[in-house]
Amino acid sequence: MKTIVVVGNGMVGYKFCEKFVAQANKENYRLVVFGEEPRVAYDRVHLSEFFENGDAERLSLAPRSWYDENGIELHIHERVTEIQRANKKITTSLGTSYSYDTLVMATGSAPFVPPIRGVEKKGVFVYRTIEDLEETLAYAETVKGGKAAILGGGLLGLEAAKAVMDMGLEPHVVEFAPKLMPRQLDTRSSKVLQVKLESMGINVHLSKATNQILGNGCITGMEFGEDDILDVDMLVVSAGIRPRDELGKSCGLEMGTRGGIVVNDQMRTSDPHILAIGEVALYNQMIYGLVAPGYEMAQVAVDQILGVSDTRMAAEIDMSTKLKLIGVDVASFGTPFMPPEKGHSIIFENKTESLYKRINVTHDGKKLLGGILVGDAADYNMLLQLYQNEMPLPENPEDLILGSRGGGPSSFGSAMDLPDTAVVCSCEAVTKGDICCAVLDDGNESVKAVSKATKATTGCGGCKPMVVDLVTESLKSLGKTVKVQLCEHFEYSRQELFDIVKLKDIQDYDELLDLVGKGHGCEVCKPAVAAIFASIYNETANKQPAIQDTNDRYLANIQRNGTYSVVPRVAGGEITPKQLMAMGRIAQKYDLYTKITGGQRIDMFGAQLHELPLIWEELIAEGFETGQAYGKSLRTVKSCVGSTWCRYGMDESVSFAVEIEHRYKGIRSPHKFKGGVSGCIRECAEARCKDFGFIAVEGGWNVYVAGNGGANPKHAELLAEKVDKETAIKYIDRYIMYYIKTAQPLTRTAAWLEKLEGGITYLQNVVINDSLGIAAALDAEMQALVDSYKCEWKEAIETPEIRERYSHFVNSDDTDESIEFVSLREQKMPKEWA
Amino acid sequence: MKTKEPIEEIAVKTWFKAAPTEKFPKNAGACIKYKDQQIAVFNFTRENKWYACQNLCPHKMEMVLSRGMIGEENGEPKVACPLHKNTFSLKTGESLTGACDAITTFPVKIEAGFVWVGFTE
Repeated sequence: MKTIVVVGNGMVGYKFCEKFVAQANKENYRLVVFGEEPRVAYDRVHLSEFFENGDAERLSLAPRSWYDENGIELHIHERVTEIQRANKKITTSLGTSYSYDTLVMATGSAPFVPPIRGVEKKGVFVYRTIEDLEETLAYAETVKGGKAAILGGGLLGLEAAKAVMDMGLEPHVVEFAPKLMPRQLDTRSSKVLQVKLESMGINVHLSKATNQILGNGCITGMEFGEDDILDVDMLVVSAGIRPRDELGKSCGLEMGTRGGIVVNDQMRTSDPHILAIGEVALYNQMIYGLVAPGYEMAQVAVDQILGVSDTRMAAEIDMSTKLKLIGVDVASFGTPFMPPEKGHSIIFENKTESLYKRINVTHDGKKLLGGILVGDAADYNMLLQLYQNEMPLPENPEDLILGSRGGGPSSFGSAMDLPDTAVVCSCEAVTKGDICCAVLDDGNESVKAVSKATKATTGCGGCKPMVVDLVTESLKSLGKTVKVQLCEHFEYSRQELFDIVKLKDIQDYDELLDLVGKGHGCEVCKPAVAAIFASIYNETANKQPAIQDTNDRYLANIQRNGTYSVVPRVAGGEITPKQLMAMGRIAQKYDLYTKITGGQRIDMFGAQLHELPLIWEELIAEGFETGQAYGKSLRTVKSCVGSTWCRYGMDESVSFAVEIEHRYKGIRSPHKFKGGVSGCIRECAEARCKDFGFIAVEGGWNVYVAGNGGANPKHAELLAEKVDKETAIKYIDRYIMYYIKTAQPLTRTAAWLEKLEGGITYLQNVVINDSLGIAAALDAEMQALVDSYKCEWKEAIETPEIRERYSHFVNSDDTDESIEFVSLREQKMPKEWA
Repeated sequence: MKTKEPIEEIAVKTWFKAAPTEKFPKNAGACIKYKDQQIAVFNFTRENKWYACQNLCPHKMEMVLSRGMIGEENGEPKVACPLHKNTFSLKTGESLTGACDAITTFPVKIEAGFVWVGFTE
């Protein structure tokens, strides 16, 4: 039995463990891991997500139990303090000693803090660990609304800028070099990125050398030169990294002149029993601050220790990267900057759209050498493959970034044209050959199965589109059709089921399951089929309650503690003082927490199941109707006040919003959908962030489709310009109906349009030019839905059998006593989760 | 993750007469009260079977499972929690999505038009 001790439980240290347990025979090895941080290895690359959800656990690469299950002895919050190479022992901060046969150093790096005068002042932070973030966050609370500087305009610095912006501070990026991301971008692309970031509220200061940090105890500013001062309330230093090599130094391993533990291509240090991987390892006199080379090093180390194969680190390490920086695509690969004697560059730049694409090709135009993409990196995977595999380029290499003009086939060809050795997933080093074999030889028949078998797409996920193509094409070559299947009970897509229900006039879930499905259904197909029935027959959720999601089943939104919230419709956000008072009275009577929603209405929280019909009875008596906030259906149509009051208004946006909200209310769809109407191009109603939007302009309405906020914000696209109101409604009628009939379940309009072949042009042809000849049918179907609307809450309170569903127990009139509330700013909220 | 042994009918000491069968919706759940306990009872009409389990979802400790959708996965009857769609076997109580502790299941019998749930105490 040999003991392997791993020092460091960061991303690369974890990857080593993962690869080691996958390959090693457990009987022969004991794996002991030390990490100084108080938690198990987590994803530092996506650290800024911690701000968005505050959930540290979600960043974990594997739960603590994973280590136990794999027989790994994990010691977190325990730092290794000494290595005694002579007798192969280490000592930890708890004073305990352990022997090793092989030691793996994966101590990573620490942020580099330049020795600037005053850098020790309060309010100066680094950006590396969750603890750093928590401290920064706590301080940011005390200076909310103030300014924060980020020292360093590299990759991490810009991530940190996003983070401080999310904390409610005004971000200022201070960079020593004359451009942002100096390692990855050339001057022009850096400028494009800068303009984009500035438009998002991130201030950029270039060519600034910081002389000192100002302030008495706490930071108040930064001084760059005489009379050149930036007032700030907080500073985050992100000026590069330094390897955590102190252990290597103290035990006498060979070190680089500027730090880092020297390793050879087997990842071995000057002591053959000690290996180093990740950001502490100095390979080719370089520290590689990216995760992909670190993972490669982990693989080399595992193979070397187990002695199964003599894997070596490549002589040249690919530093290609693609990332989404504050929502902006940035990628660079191969040789991003190129001296003119080696080849020439083709550059496309469009500052108004924040787009920059550059490719470097050999003089003969035959080979790709590298490039830079800003704003749109959709072609990155293909370009990277062309570069890595030295594949021949199309006759006009500019087609690679401009697209082939003249309607010919895509200049990339298919992913199947790649050589088998092409690395498709660089995080897990999975080749095209691996993926195709997983399908052709091992019989995997879905992307999910292939990911499980090969680990492709499990890292950053950037290769997913390519893997999907490869799996689909491989299956096709086996003569298998690739079906988008709803779930194990229906071998049909939603669109196919929609047609089946309609053509066969099926009225009931069980009938459909018996006719074209198998088994007894599940929580995936039931609500999807319920939505199809609703879209075709406009039946309310009251008719088949057992197949509805809980929100639809009880016509209310379930909240954290199992209570519900109630949202009456307030069309267009227009509400009378009398209605406001009525709502206030009812909310007070039932002790509900109230809040204005993003959709210009009022949400009342904390209603227990049995209270719902009582509350709605009162609301309906006051003239309210249901707002369908619980359904996959129209939510709200947001409006600005428009020409009725606003001195800039071009048209009556409120009247239009009210009309259109009443038109589409209650209609069930594959996902929720929202609308917006703005009275002028100032766009106060944010109509371009909605599934459909109208903006009043000189001479009519501009009609927008397929935008959304949420997790992947997307601006809507222009469907038609300067049309009158009736035409605008007609187009949106057809667009929504077409979406309802063809989208996959739980797909918002933006994602649906992205997948629609031909995109917005195709949609315009269907909706405006009637290219499919279905416009009249779509019009009729929509009108039938509009004409058959009914308030399902009115139906519920007037029908005794439906009302009976609203009791917590079927054998007792008692209410649920387990629900607990605590007070919050003069209202109430659910007690925290245990 | 903790697993639990389902309560077998043979171990039942008390059969609790809960409510008439027509009180329970078809292919869905309802909650009954037994002493201080909340029990979710499912009328799985398609299988022609009845199931019962704790009403508490072990994920976030809320009394909600009776309001979840039921269904089946490779033949295993299951309930999906309405809060986060964690699924549990109605036969064994085991977490099928894998993220939670198992839930307790109880035997159910139908006699004279009434639903009876079995307890060990």
